[in-house]
Amino acid sequence: MSNHAHSESLELRVQFDTAEQQRDASTLGMWLFLVTEVMFFGGMFAAYTVYRNLYPEVFAICSSSLNAVLGAVNTCVLLLSSFTMVMAVRAGQLGQQKAIIWFLILTLLFGGIFLGVKAVEWKEKFDEHHIPGQAAFHLEGLQQADQGHAQLFFSLYFAMTGLHALHMVIGAGILLGLILHAKQGRYSASYYTPVDVAGLYWHFVDVIWIFLFPLLYLIDRHLGK
Amino acid sequence: MDTAVAQERENYLNASHGLKSWLLTKDHKRIGLLYLFTITLFFFIGGAFATLIRIELLSPQGNMVSSETYNKLFTMHAVAMIFFFMIPSIPAVLGNFFLPIMIGARDLAFPKLNLLSWYLLVIGGAFSLFAMIAGGVDTGWTFYTPYSTTYSNSWVIATALGIFIAGFSSILTGLNFIVTVHRMRAPGMTWFRMPLFVWANYATSLIQVLGTPVLAVTIVLLFVERVFQLGIFDPARGGDPVLFQHLFWFYSHPAVYIMVLPGMGVISEIISTFSRKTVFGYAFIAFSSVAIAVLGFLVWGHHMFVSGQSLYASMVFSFLSYFVAIPSAIKVFNWTATLYKGSISYQTPMLYAFGFIGLFTIGGLTGLFLAALGMDIHVTDTYFVVAHFHYIMVGGTMMAYLGGMHFWWPKMTGRMYPEGWAKLSSLVIFLGFNLTFFPQFILGYLGMPRRYHLYPAEFQVLNVMSTAGASILAVGYAMPMIYFIWSLKYGKVAPMNPWGATGLEWRTASPPPVHNFEQTPIVTHEAYDYTSVPAEEIEVV
Repeated sequence: MSNHAHSESLELRVQFDTAEQQRDASTLGMWLFLVTEVMFFGGMFAAYTVYRNLYPEVFAICSSSLNAVLGAVNTCVLLLSSFTMVMAVRAGQLGQQKAIIWFLILTLLFGGIFLGVKAVEWKEKFDEHHIPGQAAFHLEGLQQADQGHAQLFFSLYFAMTGLHALHMVIGAGILLGLILHAKQGRYSASYYTPVDVAGLYWHFVDVIWIFLFPLLYLIDRHLGK
Repeated sequence: MDTAVAQERENYLNASHGLKSWLLTKDHKRIGLLYLFTITLFFFIGGAFATLIRIELLSPQGNMVSSETYNKLFTMHAVAMIFFFMIPSIPAVLGNFFLPIMIGARDLAFPKLNLLSWYLLVIGGAFSLFAMIAGGVDTGWTFYTPYSTTYSNSWVIATALGIFIAGFSSILTGLNFIVTVHRMRAPGMTWFRMPLFVWANYATSLIQVLGTPVLAVTIVLLFVERVFQLGIFDPARGGDPVLFQHLFWFYSHPAVYIMVLPGMGVISEIISTFSRKTVFGYAFIAFSSVAIAVLGFLVWGHHMFVSGQSLYASMVFSFLSYFVAIPSAIKVFNWTATLYKGSISYQTPMLYAFGFIGLFTIGGLTGLFLAALGMDIHVTDTYFVVAHFHYIMVGGTMMAYLGGMHFWWPKMTGRMYPEGWAKLSSLVIFLGFNLTFFPQFILGYLGMPRRYHLYPAEFQVLNVMSTAGASILAVGYAMPMIYFIWSLKYGKVAPMNPWGATGLEWRTASPPPVHNFEQTPIVTHEAYDYTSVPAEEIEVV
């Protein structure tokens, strides 16, 4: 825009009256965005619910074919990353600039490990011909008539974990941006809103996984064996 | 007001110059105008498809285009009009421009996000436009599976991707509005002093935020199914196409209220201003907007009465659909009560508001026909449905949009539009509209199905009437386009408050300064308190 006399800073954008108003607006904005995310994932959870109720036995068998150990490891990794994210926010509150950077880097590292493990799991599915939509699709222990229903399970598995992984990748990009800005010394005890708000997003992505892991890997696992 | 003074004063239009100052602007008023250009373009694209449809239907033999091309025409008409014109129309143009001013804010809470929303609409529009030029899409705007995922050989992915991207534009606008209303109100602007236009946009934003993501994920599922042959809606693998319809209508029915609620907000402003009376039942109108937003999420199944959903589900959806009539009727009766003993002046915005009330009432009442199970089975997928939703969308929203454009044009541009031409155009549009769509109620009742370019010869008279009406309607829409542009140079310079209205937007200069107000206003009155307007400010033109 123009040569306006209003001086603008990161802490106080021109449209706000006080820094507190700006912080509240950013936080409310992120919570609302997370509401939209709940609705976004909700469509897939709805589809999962419908099909699991239609084909419970097939879903149990499919579920037990997933690698629950890797899934559990990933759950732990993600919970750890949420912990380091909280610590980054706390470092922001205390104005510890070095600590912000280190905790963000740790969070990014754990996020990276999660995605790596996820890639290994997907690779396993390819090797085992558990890819829906391919002529070679075959799940052991199921009759030919049920193979289609198993494809439904794996369609949902790939759609849901894929969408979750995409959110992780976006989260990793956000973390990178935060790390760069933190290195420039942008954040202080009086202004760390971006760290705070990104933290909310990161925890949300974590929580989605907390739902995905039992629904896809664990429920009725004992029946499938 | 002295012309020379008005031209020298710095405002949002002359504060900076050059294309870059527009394309990188964070000013909600400029972004509102960017939206205006974009959606006007899509209105004419959608209008061109409508023209071809109406010309084709002049004769029963279907001798202008092939049936395949006809499928593409009505699909692309709907895609352009719904996703790239109607949904962004009032919120993204008038809401963007006026919501912050009406609550006494300097801008929306997130100006950069606002600009991003516009770019997302443009990018989404570009994808859909590409699909239209490259060969079109023929699935109907509803993209029903398995036709859209398996059989259609048209540009489904590009179109759906465009709608997906434009959906995020809608989500982010809604998010921005909600945060702005919660956090940016001027001192003294309590929730129950907010103009009803703000309430209506707030309720709309709730739908945008809660509904649009579900459309987005539905498109994602459609996308992966078509591209990677996943089988989520594929009956051959035990998938359920009706599930797609549930997910689609979970958004697309509330989307109807995204399109019409902001229009209702505009009407509340206009009716009060031009009858110089406080809106009757302010709180009822405000809460009826929220009620429509909530109820809108509980009725989607009435689009699926013949889709094979269970009869019990249909009965519940039918029952709930009737409830939408209550808040809608509250609005219509309260507007009427506002007129009672008012000091009514018949300026152009008021003529549009009258048009809205009458046509929306017809559209709403025929909606009850469609909500009734037995009646609906008789008229499902006939022109009765087409007429019904055009009475809501074109008779309702379009009237409100044009009414709002005339009402706020002096504030947006600092120029008055020519009143005589404007009155004439509103009458032409009203007549053209009714001649276009009323015959379609009869056609539908008699059994003419929608989405066919062939029809029995006995329906020709009514179809010719409809096409004649559409030609008149086209002239009516061309007129404001021309005189609005004319008025930018030759229109009378607009005073601060040409209508003697009460809103905060009328307490700042026309056009407003960059940050809307010279000083943040302090609100001491209820909305629509005509005793609060200083007499010297009123210069009725």
